[in-house]
Amino acid sequence: MALRKVIGTETEYGIAVRSDPDFNPALGSAMVVNSYPGPRVRVQWSYEEETPGRDARGFGHEGYGISDPEGTLVNAVLANGARLYVDHAHPEYSAPESWDPLEAALYDKAGEGVMRRAAVGATERLGGTRLALYKNNSDGKGNSYGAHENYLLSRATPFGDVIRYAMTFLVTRQLFTGAGKVGSENGRPAVDYQITQRADFFEEEVGLETTLKRPIVNTRDEPHGDPTKYRRLHVIVGDANLSEVQIFLKLGTTALILAALEDGALPDPLDLADPVSACWNVSHDLTFRRPLDLDGGGSATALELQWRYLEWLTKYVEKELDEPVWNRVLTEWEGVLADLEEDPALLADRLDWAAKRRLFERYVDRDGISWSDNKLRALDLQYHDVDPERGLYHRLAARGDMRRLFSAEELAAAESTPPERTRAYFRGRCVTDFPDSLVAANWDSLVFDLGEAHLRRVPMMEPLRGSRDLVGPLLDRVDSASQLIQLLGDQ
Amino acid sequence: MTEQERSRSRNREDSKEEAEELEVTTEESETDLEELDDLLDEIDSVLEENAEEFVKNYVQKGGQ
Repeated sequence: MALRKVIGTETEYGIAVRSDPDFNPALGSAMVVNSYPGPRVRVQWSYEEETPGRDARGFGHEGYGISDPEGTLVNAVLANGARLYVDHAHPEYSAPESWDPLEAALYDKAGEGVMRRAAVGATERLGGTRLALYKNNSDGKGNSYGAHENYLLSRATPFGDVIRYAMTFLVTRQLFTGAGKVGSENGRPAVDYQITQRADFFEEEVGLETTLKRPIVNTRDEPHGDPTKYRRLHVIVGDANLSEVQIFLKLGTTALILAALEDGALPDPLDLADPVSACWNVSHDLTFRRPLDLDGGGSATALELQWRYLEWLTKYVEKELDEPVWNRVLTEWEGVLADLEEDPALLADRLDWAAKRRLFERYVDRDGISWSDNKLRALDLQYHDVDPERGLYHRLAARGDMRRLFSAEELAAAESTPPERTRAYFRGRCVTDFPDSLVAANWDSLVFDLGEAHLRRVPMMEPLRGSRDLVGPLLDRVDSASQLIQLLGDQ
Repeated sequence: MTEQERSRSRNREDSKEEAEELEVTTEESETDLEELDDLLDEIDSVLEENAEEFVKNYVQKGGQ
């Protein structure tokens, strides 16, 4: 039985101050983090324990890591177990480790609420000059910023298999993971509109980079857990999504294929002859009929390949997984593939790229503007604005044009309470219960200052320990961090 | 009624139904279009002023 696919997403948000195009985005991002009004603890992030330069293929890279030229390293841990910080001149929300794709989608969406409130706070600090945040991945001028997904894998899973089996899936899933974009970038062929924000920026099949020459399969080997037991697959070839159904589908299908891979339930890796050009082609092809060459001869469309994955994973779920969430993934997946085949416009209530396209096509038809008109590019940006008044996604959702998975109450609760079945529970509770004692954090540890000579570090190397079942009663019983550490030591 | 006639009559029924369906679809899509245009008007009322400048100034530092 495959290891549970604990999931967490990370999103770098676009940042702009409309009236001051020269504002410093790194300082602005720090202001965003510092302006978040919800429960949070400013912490030192223990970078020395991070290893972004370690490669899953078995080699290390010198001098790869954290530099802070502008002195804006600002980190906060939130009561929901998330990390809110500044990364590469963008405010980033890294969602807490979640139990399944539905919960992971909820906490990804909760990040929008965090950013919305932080932007309001930053705007107040700026004396009312509006600071806007965008949950997108491109400025339309060749600069991209990421939305990454993380899936827990067993260390025993050979990384070569992950590369082979994930590659074609990641390229073809773009059909339903794209957030849509007007035009193309980064030297790719001109198009009016394409399915994804990110595809144009992918230039390698496999590699360690995340900021240039981005690879379809990223090899960063940083498990954020016991390295003898775990891997973390760091997926960088995806878009930040606003649609709840789409986030659920993106995370659910990917978790499923990885679980099936670990259980030896995938018959064939379905290798593409040229994954990188296929990546661009899938994103640029609004006919959904363009064949992709397969390694070893023959060809198939992205849609045909996705049908095949669905067929395999339907069998896998029937045989191996009995939680209802996985059937829900399959149902949404089948619905999306069927609609892509019948009429992609049917997807406007579920997929960001289709929702945008519905609007933009009507503007083109009704107002006679061209696809390169700045109005469409402005709308393209504005779809992703986290402000519910201005953000077009939020406008559509408020009208009932987008299918929802979560109520406003559930989303609000997810901003201040952690997932209960992972170690995020322990992290989130400590933020709420002992904000004054918590001084440093990482995904796999918390550090407390108890007023003693030494700081006390609590390791959290097991992603599923620290759950409510395991530590809830203990946390309910103690009145101070000192007591907590003492009782943890006794256990 | 011969088998052929029955079949023909059924076909006629079918195509009548199809025509009715088609009418409904057209009506529906006209309503859809009106709704969509309402939405576009709503969007126009919140669209960032001066789209050209807005788009030009939206420049981000590259991230991951």
